[in-house]
Amino acid sequence: MLTLILLLIPLVASILVLFLKGESVKWFSFFASIIQLIFTFYVYSVFQNKEAAKSLLAINIDWITSPKINFNIALDGMSLLMVFLTNLLMPLIVLAGFNRTQERSHIFYSLMMLMQFALIGVFVSFDGFLYYIFWELALIPIYFISLNWGGVNRSTVTLKFFIYTLAGSLLMLFGFLFLYWNTNSHSLSWFDLTVNHICSCKQGFIFWMFFIAYAIKIPLIPFHTWQPDTYSTSPTQGTMLLSGIMLKMGLYSLLRWLLPIIPNGVAEYTPIAIVLCVIGVVYASVIAIMQTDLKKLFAYSSIAHVGLIAAGIFALNMQGIQGGLVQMLAHGINVVGVFYCGDIIINRTGNSNINTLGGIRLLSPRFATYFIIIVLGSVALPLTNSFIGEFMLLFGLFEYNSWLAIVAGLTVILGAVYMLRMYQKVMLGDLNENVTVFEDLKWNEELVLATIAILIFVFGIFPKPILELVEPISTEIFKISFVK
Amino acid sequence: MNTLIYTACLGLLCLLAEIFNFRKYLIPIVVLGLAVIFSLNLQTWNHPETHFNGMLTDSNFSTAFSGLAIFIMLIILILAGDFYTSSDDEKHISDYMAILVFTLCGALMMFSYANMAMLFLGIETLSISLYVMAGSRRFEVKSNEAGFKYFLMGSFASAFLLFGIALIFGVTGTFSIDGIGAYMRNHADHLDPLFIVGMLLMIFAMLFKVSAAPFHFWAPDVYEGAPSLITALMSTLVKIAAFAAFYKLLSVCFVFAMGKAEIILTVSCAATLLIGNLVALTQDNFKRLLAYSGISHAGYMMLAIISLQGSTDSALFLYSAGYAVASLAAFAIAITVFKATDTESISGFNGLGKKNPLLAAGLTMAMLSLAGIPPFAGFFGKYFIFSEAMRNGYENLVFLAIISSIIGVFYYMKVIVAMYSKPANEFEIKPTFAYQLVIIICIALSIFIGIFPGLFTKLL
Repeated sequence: MLTLILLLIPLVASILVLFLKGESVKWFSFFASIIQLIFTFYVYSVFQNKEAAKSLLAINIDWITSPKINFNIALDGMSLLMVFLTNLLMPLIVLAGFNRTQERSHIFYSLMMLMQFALIGVFVSFDGFLYYIFWELALIPIYFISLNWGGVNRSTVTLKFFIYTLAGSLLMLFGFLFLYWNTNSHSLSWFDLTVNHICSCKQGFIFWMFFIAYAIKIPLIPFHTWQPDTYSTSPTQGTMLLSGIMLKMGLYSLLRWLLPIIPNGVAEYTPIAIVLCVIGVVYASVIAIMQTDLKKLFAYSSIAHVGLIAAGIFALNMQGIQGGLVQMLAHGINVVGVFYCGDIIINRTGNSNINTLGGIRLLSPRFATYFIIIVLGSVALPLTNSFIGEFMLLFGLFEYNSWLAIVAGLTVILGAVYMLRMYQKVMLGDLNENVTVFEDLKWNEELVLATIAILIFVFGIFPKPILELVEPISTEIFKISFVK
Repeated sequence: MNTLIYTACLGLLCLLAEIFNFRKYLIPIVVLGLAVIFSLNLQTWNHPETHFNGMLTDSNFSTAFSGLAIFIMLIILILAGDFYTSSDDEKHISDYMAILVFTLCGALMMFSYANMAMLFLGIETLSISLYVMAGSRRFEVKSNEAGFKYFLMGSFASAFLLFGIALIFGVTGTFSIDGIGAYMRNHADHLDPLFIVGMLLMIFAMLFKVSAAPFHFWAPDVYEGAPSLITALMSTLVKIAAFAAFYKLLSVCFVFAMGKAEIILTVSCAATLLIGNLVALTQDNFKRLLAYSGISHAGYMMLAIISLQGSTDSALFLYSAGYAVASLAAFAIAITVFKATDTESISGFNGLGKKNPLLAAGLTMAMLSLAGIPPFAGFFGKYFIFSEAMRNGYENLVFLAIISSIIGVFYYMKVIVAMYSKPANEFEIKPTFAYQLVIIICIALSIFIGIFPGLFTKLL
């Protein structure tokens, strides 16, 4: 029941906000997302009490009897982590828009909260079909957000994004249909699929159906081409949603719907998948070094980071899986911060070329402080949140194959190169003649950046609750997925 | 049977309007009458009966499809009030109404036939009414062309159908579909070659009627030339009626002989999917776009025709219902926009998102439903058809269908992109109350079916 309420709050809010106008839209959305966050903490406290949690958190009712589809939602450590990430970032993303004026803002915020509804749905669904519906549903609001409120060339870019991701999901739909009729249980329930595996001769084929869908969403090389354009064209809040939460759908799905469902297929093709991931890590880092456009640079750095997470997950060992989960949370927070900082700079200077920026620190020292914290967080400095995750990921990868770990480990160095170089060119040095005025931070901007900075340190210094949350489920996933 | 008789009486009443001069009130009367017939039709649910010496049978299959057909006609008639507004139209309104209601009669016969003669009669009643309606804009060249083309091609197909029936009668000595079915079961392993030939001829004729490749060439021209409202009728009611009749024919008469026809149907299905979706990509005229999209939808529905086992009839019904409500909403919006902009090209929709958010949102949802994106009815229809086909072992065909859905998304999104990201044209747009009502009803139904598809999956 609690899970259902968690799912319904954003849906109700997204409908109600349609009736509001003007400034009240933003305040309403903000309070709705805060209520949702508080409720998430309550659900977490219930979840800690394992005995009571089972009956309170799971719902399983027949939705369609033939073919058998259940409305099956539940929460386990992994779901809860992702729901927490979503609900944690949502107030920040809403708050980020407070000093912007948007046309038809009630529709904009309604779509945002519809997106939140769909994302939570993806994370709590335990029936393949239900999961698929939420997965598709998440695409529609973000498409319209980017199409209506995006920047130049938006119709072409968003169409490419839409077709790309939809193509992937349709392949996944084929995979689900195939699983349904070719497993003994004739059910898409996660609990059935993880027990009754499909004959291992067919798993290799099904692997690709799912893998391509997730590789497009994450995105992994060579399915990433939609991402940089979409990130730089979408409105900032859309980019924050996309990079912070939506691409986690792909990573989460790897752990939920790929590894445990078709372990033999995964075991067979892991070498290819992991090599693709590692190539992606290095390739995206190198491209990021060459970028002069701020948003593109962040987009490529994001590809590098999620590539490492995916590589760790495909290493198929405890450290990799657990590190992947921890890093998903960390990356979600950091990438939102990075894109927001980028947006603040672009919005104030009207310029996104790092070569023609410089010396902003002199004009806004407080902004410079927040920005450096976020930059250090995303280069995984010890005591920041990504350090633990990235360390575990590389450790897991090292157990799988030491050479791959060494190559993937380059991302830490390369990441430091492009992020610090960017920071140096944009923020430090003498004032560039293009940058003459740089307004100080508004209250909402400061609130968002301060929260992110605090979160970076909190999870960096005190990661225990997160590690404890994901440990049981990582063990479970590992046990199901590991083929001797 | 009662449904059919009442509908025919309603058609006659329309003709009387000409004599007794109550043309002004005709549309409300017919709408009301159809609503009554709709509720009467529901009473035949779970009361299977045979009428007229085995000419017609009421079954749940016929009741469900009849209900859908009456609903579609109801929507079309509500739209007709604001569509036929010129003085020339007002003079002929009773004729139009009568012909439309007789079209429905034909469709009802095609759902409940139990005899080849009734099948032929139903198809002809439906088609001849449509030949007239397609050419009903007498002073427009395109409308004349559409009527003429449809008539020539359609009668050709009817001849095939008749020839097929005749050959099968020659072999089995009966017109009754149960009799033919019994013959087929008894002689399943040594069927008379003439029976096979007859079956193939009938299949070709039906493929023509559902506008499946390679018999689809008439559809775009006829859809484009016919008055928009009639195009809406053809792409929904007529297609669904033809598919239901086709399904019944194959599942009752030819199911054990399908091995001989399977390759033909499979190739035709694959070709329909690819041609429909690929050619639709290049269309600028919205009606032609919907025509090709209709061809591609025929391809998806043919998956149900090919699988034929399990609950494919329910899947076909669900698909038809989802397709019909989405298409009707799209046509209601398109007719409003055509009227305001005086063009039928997709560029007419430019900037609609800012001009009239209701219409734009409605068309967006209709397009998403047609493209098969959840949570709309179109997605569930597709899902169940794919699922049934997969269950019967047609994985390759389902894979092809999935690929072609991806292609399909391109042209549906083209319309959406035009509405939201192109600068607006100079025009005033005001949908009338009836049109708004239809749009809201259809979209609400599409979402309703999307949320409760379970009501339909075990229906038949």
